[in-house]
Amino acid sequence: MKLKKNIIILIMISILVLSLGFGASAKAFRVAVIMPSSISDMAFSQSMYEALVTIQEEVGKENFEFVYSENMFVVADAAAAVRDYASEGYDLVIAHGSQYGSSLMEIAPDFPNTSFTWGTSVNTFSDQGITNIFAYEARSEEGGYVCGVLAAKLSQTGIIGVIGPIETGDAKLYVDGFKAGVLATKPDGQVNVNWTGSFSDVALASEAAQTHINVGADVLTGTAQMVVGAIGVARQRGVLWFGTQANQTSLAPEVVVANQVYDWTVVLRPMIQLIKEGKMGGTTYALTLANGGLKIVVNQEVLVEKTIQDIIEGKINIEL
Amino acid sequence: MLMNIIPIGAFLLALLIGAIVIAILGVNPLIAYQALLKGAFGSMNAVADTVVKATPLLFVGLGICIAFRAGVLNIGGEGQLVAGALSATIVCLTFPNLPGWMLIIIALLVGLLSGAIWAGIAGFLKAYFNVNEILSTIMLNYIAAYGMNYLLSGPIMDPLQIELGSFIPQTARLTHVVDLPRLIPTRLHFGTVIAVVFAVLVYIFLWRTTIGFRIRMIGQNIQASRASGINVQKYMVIAFVLSGALVGLGGAIEVLGIHHRLFTDGSVSGFTGSAGFNGIVAALFGQLHPIGTIPASLLLGALLTGANKMQRVVQVPSALIGALNGLIVIFVVGSEYLRRRQTRRVEPTTKTESNSQNKNKKENK
Amino acid sequence: MEAIIIGIVKSAIRLATPYLYASIGETIGQLSGVLNLGVDGVMLMGAFSAFYTVLKTGNLWLGLLVAIVVGAIFGLLIAFINVTLKAEQGISGIGVYIFGLGLSSLLFRTMVGTVQTVSGFPPLSVPWLSTIPVMGKIFFQQNILVYGAFALVPVSWFVLNKTPLGLSIRAVGQHPEAADSLGVNIVRIRYFTVILGGILSGIAGASLSIALLNVFQQNLTNGMGFIAVALVYFGAWRPKTVLIGALLFSTVNAIQIWIQVKGINVPSDFTLMLPYIVTIVVLAAMAKRRIHPPTALNKPFERGE
Repeated sequence: MKLKKNIIILIMISILVLSLGFGASAKAFRVAVIMPSSISDMAFSQSMYEALVTIQEEVGKENFEFVYSENMFVVADAAAAVRDYASEGYDLVIAHGSQYGSSLMEIAPDFPNTSFTWGTSVNTFSDQGITNIFAYEARSEEGGYVCGVLAAKLSQTGIIGVIGPIETGDAKLYVDGFKAGVLATKPDGQVNVNWTGSFSDVALASEAAQTHINVGADVLTGTAQMVVGAIGVARQRGVLWFGTQANQTSLAPEVVVANQVYDWTVVLRPMIQLIKEGKMGGTTYALTLANGGLKIVVNQEVLVEKTIQDIIEGKINIEL
Repeated sequence: MLMNIIPIGAFLLALLIGAIVIAILGVNPLIAYQALLKGAFGSMNAVADTVVKATPLLFVGLGICIAFRAGVLNIGGEGQLVAGALSATIVCLTFPNLPGWMLIIIALLVGLLSGAIWAGIAGFLKAYFNVNEILSTIMLNYIAAYGMNYLLSGPIMDPLQIELGSFIPQTARLTHVVDLPRLIPTRLHFGTVIAVVFAVLVYIFLWRTTIGFRIRMIGQNIQASRASGINVQKYMVIAFVLSGALVGLGGAIEVLGIHHRLFTDGSVSGFTGSAGFNGIVAALFGQLHPIGTIPASLLLGALLTGANKMQRVVQVPSALIGALNGLIVIFVVGSEYLRRRQTRRVEPTTKTESNSQNKNKKENK
Repeated sequence: MEAIIIGIVKSAIRLATPYLYASIGETIGQLSGVLNLGVDGVMLMGAFSAFYTVLKTGNLWLGLLVAIVVGAIFGLLIAFINVTLKAEQGISGIGVYIFGLGLSSLLFRTMVGTVQTVSGFPPLSVPWLSTIPVMGKIFFQQNILVYGAFALVPVSWFVLNKTPLGLSIRAVGQHPEAADSLGVNIVRIRYFTVILGGILSGIAGASLSIALLNVFQQNLTNGMGFIAVALVYFGAWRPKTVLIGALLFSTVNAIQIWIQVKGINVPSDFTLMLPYIVTIVVLAAMAKRRIHPPTALNKPFERGE
């Protein structure tokens, strides 16, 4: 079949390219990552970038190289990038975005000596005979639940506000988990959720935060890079904030209580190990609280400060 | 000819400034631009990517050619691309068992009609309610985006996603029978051929039919058109609707040829690649001539594709590429002035922005 | 109930502020015959320059000044391209948008790097007026850039309608040949209005980064500049009507946020559409009024013999 012939040709070209690449840096494990937003977005993309930096610092630059393409929100461009990286002989190509899946599905069979991975997702396409795609996800509802429990405990009014982008993917998981955590801790608590319709509408996130506070919320949370607008408002009006995907404490240290931080090294390390042993795909990984991929980073000062303040102001009745 | 050197010169000047900025960032501009060229033309895949990127630009550009020649600016391309893509996808999802060729034709037709309708709303509002088309098309862009988000977050979300619990906002992969055939074993697909065919059709339409003639006349001299009894409003709306039709078709072809499903990340530009705006630039570079828009789209496609490669190779921030693109547009658009100084005769292609009397050819100072 | 209305109107006023600055700036430019679709790019540059200045110096007024200067520079560039080089205005505007978006993001990446917040203009209570029940809380406890935006409306109305300058501006856009023959310097007027438009767009951006949101991020404006241009058409080139448009759009936006927060069972995507749909519908409903675009809009001027 023509298709088969073309695959063989491409395989030969890939082997040729790979062998050329081998001459250059035979020892280093080479990774390429494609991200939908900026590496400094304080959210999704930044978390992956930082994980790669961490691994590189651990094993040394001569053993681990990585390059990145950021702001690849145009899927067709990202697909071109994936193909390009693969044909340059990178060992692992990370397509860090759930919109990249179909592109990977098409490209991966052409490069059987390259390992691909994408997330957040659980689909390795093994049911279609593809063996060199890994998938990873974040069970962000777990950390969401923890934050929800904490939020319910700290909220005086019992009203908590959530600001989300669109109701899909790991944003949905986080919000659902958060709501569950709040309601489990305080069954008569109220969780108000609004969706801004995109990941980057900072002005809308900011006004949403104001509205939440106006209806009585004294704790807020949200996900995606637009939440910087909401955090600013939280800081201004003295309302507590729970962050996710990255450590957002630096944005408003006075009000950020805790963050669910994604640590992708928990996923990357076993994946790289498998690749080195020759298994190119087929496994799904997850960030969970159990495996340390999700970490809850608590901003101690705020928690302690607020509790002390509440006691002083008589808001907490300590039952002896 | 000198006339064609001027925009090229402007293009190169912008690249020169880009080179300076790249150098300031600590990267060798020669390596950077070499990467740009390689990314656009350096391999069969690169060329395919360039052409694939150029295809929606060509569709939008053709739409702009028609609209702009009637004196209307259609900046609703993003929304019309979505309308076309969405409707084509829904058709394919709803009738998966029809024969492939039939489904493709129906889907493309539906896409074309949806784009026409989406633009038609703006045209209708302008003709009957005096709602400015720039306002309505901008608003319609957002409405289309949110509509798409809504559908992809629930009603047409891939059942597999719901089952797996990952809720990625995308549809199921369309049945393979509606894939547009590939021309060579790369991502290059038949949609490009359709685009070129339509370029010729648009040329024939504008220069060989009465409607086309009237549209061009309205753009050149609206008073004279009215005086000779042409219903200017009606033809402006027609131009607008045809413009939307071409763009909608482009959106449908993007789905059937490249993505084979519809997806979102909140904004539409992940799907469109801002072709709704870049296509306007392509049309201008092509002197608003449908045949000229073909190489113009290719050039723009090459620039955008090559720039992504440049980001990969030299790791300059992607924002630099955006700034460079904008600079190129500004310089080339600005250089039109020098081009016009070169021409003594009246050139119809550059006069289409006039809604009233012809500009006098004698220069001011 | 009262608290809800106060909250929504306050939100609407805040949301409307950047639109007001940018839209009135564009109105003035269009009245003189120049179309600028690049407003969003200039807003981003203004937002970044103000933010960076405040980040480094802590001086809010200096930040505002820098935004004004940057806006003026961009205005100068746009005027040069559209007026002197007589470029295709719709396209050059898009080029300016792409350029401003890219440049502001690039500068942010290289000069700042990570997202951080600043302390922007604080709310400023107008003495006595802010003590009026209800109205006082809504209107007179905003920050100074908000007051500036609303003050801009009567000021611009006055200048455009009651001063010789305003008359010249409108004449240049409506009857350029006549104005020219009367000795009005078309080029100078257009440069003036476009630079002023750039300045106002820069202030619009600053109002976001150092007053309302107190942060900068890539593509902070997320397309606001285009809405601002759209509102010029809603406003039929009259500052008072532009104000109505900006308030209408922002109020519906504030309401839709509230609808979502309250948990009213409408899919969020539909409520998000509301501001856009309502704007079109209201404009259509006002259809019968006579709208006269400046005759010379989007047409470079060439003096004939």
